[in-house]
Amino acid sequence: MSLPIPPASPSASSAGPPAGHPPGLPVLPSDLGAYAARHGLTVSGARPRLVPYARRLWSRRHFVTAFATARLTAQYSRSRLGQLWQVLTPLLNAAVYYLVFGELMNTKDGVDDYVPFLVTGVFVWSFTQNTLMTGARAISGNLGLVRALHFPRAALPVSYALLQLQQLLASLGVLAAILLCCGQPPRLSWLLAAPALALQTVFATGLSLVLARLAARTPDLAQLLPFVLRTWMYASGVMWSMAHLLRDDSVPAGVRVLLEANPAAVHLSLMRYALIDGYGTAGLPPHAWALAAGWALAAGLGGFVYFWQAEERYGRG
Amino acid sequence: MAGFRRGGAVAALRRIASRAPSPSVREVHAVQGVSFVAHRGEAIGLIGSNGSGKSTLLQAVAGLLPADRGRVFTRGQPSLLGVNAALLNDLTGERNVVLGALAMGMTRHEVRRRYDSIIDFSGINEKGDFASLPLRTYSSGMAARLKFAIASARPHEVLLIDEALSTGDARFQRRSRQRMAELRAAAGTVFLVSHHHRTITDTCDRALWLESGTLRMDGPAAEVVAAYEESTAGKGR
Repeated sequence: MSLPIPPASPSASSAGPPAGHPPGLPVLPSDLGAYAARHGLTVSGARPRLVPYARRLWSRRHFVTAFATARLTAQYSRSRLGQLWQVLTPLLNAAVYYLVFGELMNTKDGVDDYVPFLVTGVFVWSFTQNTLMTGARAISGNLGLVRALHFPRAALPVSYALLQLQQLLASLGVLAAILLCCGQPPRLSWLLAAPALALQTVFATGLSLVLARLAARTPDLAQLLPFVLRTWMYASGVMWSMAHLLRDDSVPAGVRVLLEANPAAVHLSLMRYALIDGYGTAGLPPHAWALAAGWALAAGLGGFVYFWQAEERYGRG
Repeated sequence: MAGFRRGGAVAALRRIASRAPSPSVREVHAVQGVSFVAHRGEAIGLIGSNGSGKSTLLQAVAGLLPADRGRVFTRGQPSLLGVNAALLNDLTGERNVVLGALAMGMTRHEVRRRYDSIIDFSGINEKGDFASLPLRTYSSGMAARLKFAIASARPHEVLLIDEALSTGDARFQRRSRQRMAELRAAAGTVFLVSHHHRTITDTCDRALWLESGTLRMDGPAAEVVAAYEESTAGKGR
């Protein structure tokens, strides 16, 4: 094996010895790039093509899942209640929102089953939010790992998304208990939560791949993101009913289209449609499933390609 | 580089929009205009004072820290044997072995097969069942031993070693020197960064001397180390 590094300055590579050749250094072939090509060498750390890249990512799937589980375990390992916090955190969140929006601001008026409505909203939104937040730090927060080992860098944001999915599944267990307590027996339509969740996961992972690349270059983005996400949350009907708002004809047509096409709102309404009896199709925006599938495809594919394009540069930080 | 927040959200937005580099990030060119050809079967030592660019050069060769200008050509994928593998302090030794081995690209099957030999080699279970305790409870020597045991668990085509030999107590150092010789035998080319000149002259046949990011000397290990020692001794007087 041989390993030549062409010099940064062209003058050094073309400078023929012995005139002016620094002492102590051996004489190198004049064109090291061609010399390397002649010996069948390839550029170290070069970005693979898209399909081999995806295949390589798939072959690292055990690392992806192990990393996600390890992070999840480590996250709560120092607190006394341990893994219970996985469930307690979203519950406490829902309680705070119930107090503020349900009781103080009375958004619950006119919404049937406000508690399941709110809890579903908070849990489902938290998943998107946390995936994007942790995804933005997936590269910039793991530079040590990126600079020490070879693996498709997409493994990191994907792994963080899986971690959040595990958290959400725990939350959904709690949600099922709440639904039962609210007098809603299990129904067949609960199964619709699975495809809805799958589409949301692909969407959130794709978007977090985009954010991971952007934040790897501009770490400030991670500071800005909470504000963007909070604005998005308030516009998505997490704690109030989008259907109620849109019943009002004074809403301009453009705003109506934007609100209804908003992927977060689509995911929320699909989950509520699946889980809450009496939410019904009235709460669903037109073409909800098609919209969710479209968003998943666009964000998933686009995000993956966008992330892959900078693959060899992530180590620079 | 995780920069500090400067100027808040508005300034950050402007920077993102203009794609200007963040003021908290200053690019440092740790290695400049270094050219060399390495051959199969060579063991090459890298010497130089602190901050001369040795570790950066290794990362560039590994393709982990891409060069701003110039390129690195290799046959196969060089692997960096960092003593600081990707482990989590809050996890048990057992789980860190699995995680670290998977991170290095082993399959689940390979991990199962090599697990016992990794634990045995690290010697962490010699004073009780430490494998089931979190990494943060380990002494620094123990943690370093476990990390080296994981990183060296599998043969590499092109091996880049950054100060791995000064790990652990005398007994472990003896064992790790032996492991190192095995790794060298299995690898095509070995690069070794070390401040111990004896290690360089013992294990390498060629040496590169870096100073302030440029190549000062490239030749037989004994000659380069002697020249380097002469220059540092001169400065010390």
